[in-house]
Amino acid sequence: MRVPLSWLREYVDLPATETGRDVQAKLVSAGLEVETVEHLGADLKGPLVVGQVLTIEELEGFKKPIRFCTVDVGQANGTGEPQEIVCGARNFQVGDKVVVVLPGATLPGGFSISARKTYGRTSHGMICSGDELGMGDDGSHGIIVLPPETEVGKDAIELLELVDEVLDIAVTANRGDCLSIRGVAREAAIAYGLPLRDPALLDVPGPNAFGYPVQVSDPLGCDRFTARTVTGLSPEARSPLWLQRRLQKVGMRPISLAVDVTNYVMMELGQPLHAYDRTLVRGTIGVRRAEEGEQIVTLDGVERKLHAEDLVITDERGPIGLAGVMGGANTEIADHAEGEGTTDVVIEAAHFDAVAIARTARRHKLSSEASRRFERGVDPQAAAAAAQRTVDLLVLLAGGTAEAGVTEVVAPSAPHTISVPADHPDKVAGVSYGRETVVRRLQEVGCDVYGQDELIVTVPSWRPDLQEINDLAEEVIRLEGYENLPSTLPRPPAGRGLTHRQRLHRRAGRVLAGAGYVEAPNYPFVSEQVFDQLGLEADDPARRVVRLTNPLNDEEPALRTSLLPGLLGALRRNDGRGSHDLALFETGLVFLPRSEQRVAAVLPVDRRPTDAEIAELDAALPEQPRHVAVVLAGAREQAGWWGKGRPADWADAVEAGRLVAREAGAELVVRGGQYGPWHPGRCAEFVVVVDGAETVVGHAGELHPRVVKAFGLPARTSAMELDLDVLEAVGDDTPQAPAISTFPVATQDVALVVDKFVPHADVETALREGAGELLEGIRLFDVYENEEQLGDGKRSLAYALRFRAGDRTLTVDEASAARDAAVALAGERTGAVLRG
Amino acid sequence: MSAPNKSYDPVEVEALKPEEIERMRDEALAAFAAADSLDALQEAKVAHTGGTSPLALANREIGALPPHAKAAAGKLVGQARGAVNKALAGRQAELEAERDQRVLVEEAVDVTLPYDRVPAGARHPLTTLSERIEDVFVAMGYEVAEGPQVEAEWFNFDALNIGPDHPARGEQDTFFVEGPEGGTESGVVLRTHTSPVQIRSLLSRELPVYVICPGVVYRTDELDATHTPVFRQVELLAVDEGLTMADLKGTMDHMVQALFGEGMKTRLRPNFFPFTEPSAEMDMVCYVCRGESVGNPDRPCRTCSSEGWIELGGCGMVNPKVLTACGVDPQKYSGFAFGFGIERMLMFRHNVEDMRDMVEGDVRFTRPFGMEI
Repeated sequence: MRVPLSWLREYVDLPATETGRDVQAKLVSAGLEVETVEHLGADLKGPLVVGQVLTIEELEGFKKPIRFCTVDVGQANGTGEPQEIVCGARNFQVGDKVVVVLPGATLPGGFSISARKTYGRTSHGMICSGDELGMGDDGSHGIIVLPPETEVGKDAIELLELVDEVLDIAVTANRGDCLSIRGVAREAAIAYGLPLRDPALLDVPGPNAFGYPVQVSDPLGCDRFTARTVTGLSPEARSPLWLQRRLQKVGMRPISLAVDVTNYVMMELGQPLHAYDRTLVRGTIGVRRAEEGEQIVTLDGVERKLHAEDLVITDERGPIGLAGVMGGANTEIADHAEGEGTTDVVIEAAHFDAVAIARTARRHKLSSEASRRFERGVDPQAAAAAAQRTVDLLVLLAGGTAEAGVTEVVAPSAPHTISVPADHPDKVAGVSYGRETVVRRLQEVGCDVYGQDELIVTVPSWRPDLQEINDLAEEVIRLEGYENLPSTLPRPPAGRGLTHRQRLHRRAGRVLAGAGYVEAPNYPFVSEQVFDQLGLEADDPARRVVRLTNPLNDEEPALRTSLLPGLLGALRRNDGRGSHDLALFETGLVFLPRSEQRVAAVLPVDRRPTDAEIAELDAALPEQPRHVAVVLAGAREQAGWWGKGRPADWADAVEAGRLVAREAGAELVVRGGQYGPWHPGRCAEFVVVVDGAETVVGHAGELHPRVVKAFGLPARTSAMELDLDVLEAVGDDTPQAPAISTFPVATQDVALVVDKFVPHADVETALREGAGELLEGIRLFDVYENEEQLGDGKRSLAYALRFRAGDRTLTVDEASAARDAAVALAGERTGAVLRG
Repeated sequence: MSAPNKSYDPVEVEALKPEEIERMRDEALAAFAAADSLDALQEAKVAHTGGTSPLALANREIGALPPHAKAAAGKLVGQARGAVNKALAGRQAELEAERDQRVLVEEAVDVTLPYDRVPAGARHPLTTLSERIEDVFVAMGYEVAEGPQVEAEWFNFDALNIGPDHPARGEQDTFFVEGPEGGTESGVVLRTHTSPVQIRSLLSRELPVYVICPGVVYRTDELDATHTPVFRQVELLAVDEGLTMADLKGTMDHMVQALFGEGMKTRLRPNFFPFTEPSAEMDMVCYVCRGESVGNPDRPCRTCSSEGWIELGGCGMVNPKVLTACGVDPQKYSGFAFGFGIERMLMFRHNVEDMRDMVEGDVRFTRPFGMEI
């Protein structure tokens, strides 16, 4: 809501010294979000005067038509002689009154005016357009032609009210009353402790039987309908300058007198109005819900199919307006320029149900100044005054005659009262205001207050947002000043710190960052083609996605089921920007639709939902486990003075999985696997045991060359992804301390020859089991392949075994026996042979 | 134990004469002093302290002396051997120090060489800043609560007093989830704020509830320098008996002091949110200029645009309707809540100029933030 300070001052006698900034501060403190204060004409400097065009000489030979004019500016130029001015506009003629800026003046934007040669003549000033004066674009780009009665030589800065301050207020959804100058003036009056001259306090004749017939069939949707008629409007009548200027300052374009007047009154009082051309309305005006299949062409020229819930204004023929939203084209008032011109109008000032209007506006994607106000609450008591104000202005400005008939259809209603303990605001604020203050503040906002300890508060008609006791508390607290609230600290009960899941989330991030990975969180939006790029089978469950109905990008309508698409995108972006040695990670949710999809119910809000209802809501949501993933490319270790570097490869990716699993305290089995995005020969499958069953929780390794190509990645890009939540579930948060023996260690190395495709993990498991309790540790320290020495399809795995007992020094024989047992079991299970 | 030796030699042993012992000692000392390397010292050591050295032999003779002479001879030899060993140790230390001196000089390296063999990783500053904030509250006794990002509309809107026709519902720029069979109605959205976690906390926890809810939220804004459709919020909820707006303000004051230093404070401005009543906008004093830049054109502040205050987020007292929807008796309990965007705080706390830098995953942006923030 844009509020010109000059207009505000009409209803509140703000101190003359108060600037827009001062008023802004006061209103902000009272709760109105005044976003900006625009200083109109701040850098404007005269002389800027009214002139009358005396002669026009058309200059030929230029690319565009140019006029050389003489203009009478009275004594404003000091000589009384006609002012010679070159002008490029054409929308004026000899005798017109125009706005002339004289040399020495400065126009908005710091544009200094001086006499200058142009198009072969000397121009001593300029004839001005609205644009040039900072009045806002009226669309014509033409110069301003003033009403003929305007006095020549008069100061145009004052005439056009070019200097003003405009507050721009972001009105919150609860304060429909502040979508009017009246509402903002009331807040300003309270903030300054000054009286308000309420523009809605008008003498209004009572309703009678001669008014335009109105039939309200839906009193719930429309609890008030005032109709007034004005006849004999002059179709030539234009909105006076002051009215046009005010509309411009609040951000509306002047259109025609009747429309401008209804807009003006809406801005002033907050009551949306509609003017119908009476000659176009057939019979009784009605208010009802639309019938299925009905249509209307609204003023914006759009034909709309109506919904049975839409409130419509009708005449004998059917709908003539979308109630509270927009009028119909079939009863539109016409300007004189468009033919006949409207002379008789019926004014509608009605009050419609906020919900009905909100739904209609949403349904038809049609938000108007009127619907915005009705949705947020309009003062029903202001309707009659608004109609009267409109009538008065039309009579005054268009020479019309107000008909005596006054129609008023009002559904009976009682004002809203709230019973509130007098100390409730104190309890909400944590401040002792006391009853007197509470009562005074509530009265200031317009409430009637009775009672002692328990106050009976009747809220004013313009504040439908005041519904509950906390609403009243807020009024008191904000007027007493939020800035005066004390600062105290509550004492929460002792907390239990982070959960296991939360700690694991942090630890996973730390351990990966510690290993050189950089976190790169990504958007979860993906295209469904990405699963083809990832090489997933047609029936892969990861292809089942949650879709959005209104994605930002139509090509990415789905939510991720894997972190890889986003991470690979980040990898490619970094690579493209010149960072080639990359190790990235992400932890984040993936979204997996349930096998049976259903619609989430809307539960009641007047009670706690039952556990069954909550469970049902949750069952309508996809599963959203947290995953962790890494991607790597380029060098994992840099080359340097220490020697060679090492490229990132499958082993780094697998190790990243192990790192995370270790943080989770989960026993992770790594075995060879094959899965979509990964190189079939370089893919590890991560397995954990959940409730006794082996469960695959993720994969790691080098990406499939096809995937590398499809995503445009560096060769040999590697990746890992696993389900962090499953790891958490199976993880042991309390590692047990081992017994530390202080007896000496006995080490034994063995080299075993096995078939090339026997996994190390199997050999190591057999060695461990075979070695028995004396084995303290085992480490693979070499893998060796040599066809000549080992034979075709064989390789040698060399292990260092460390033996130790808790109660004695082992003898060489004991250690050797344990080693032999280990080798024997490995031989039995994997065919391993001790290398000779 | 063997019996004492009675068959001692009545004649005094030549080797145990005091002057002989002194001579042996002096020869040893001279030999050690003359040794110019650890090897030479080792040779001298064997010659003068080994099993066949004169002093060792002399020591062996003591046993053959008559009882009255043993003590004196033992003392004599013992003192000599002590002196020899001391001299040996001293010379050993001297020579070792000389050797170390030489070797350590030879082993000197250029310690300014880089060692970025595996460049350091880093966590994203949005993650670590969020954790930093969580930790402030965890230290006060709050617990961290989380919830789903794809959320039922009832949790995201209705339970928060944003009914189907509430004007605020349309203002939220919501992503809607497709319904079963590709239908448009699902009752499910991408959560537009972390407030549904408030509802979940009230439904699942015992009162009193003090929780901090960090998380990713979604709005249909195009990515540009100041907007991102996917961003993070931190939201706080306290529901207890007798909580007041003063408690809300005190809690926020504490937070900004913990995050920005002593003397920081907040300011409340009235505002409207459906789920709080009264509601307020929360500002914190500018941590850079502390308000000094206001009306002081000579010392403009970039961080707060010389406003003196930085807008943080929204807050208020939990609307009693919200408590009712969660089965909490608003007659007995009251609560406060506030929430704000992490991206914004990261921007003004660390001078991030473009929102896109925070979402593109560029390692050059993230690395400097390291492990904690």
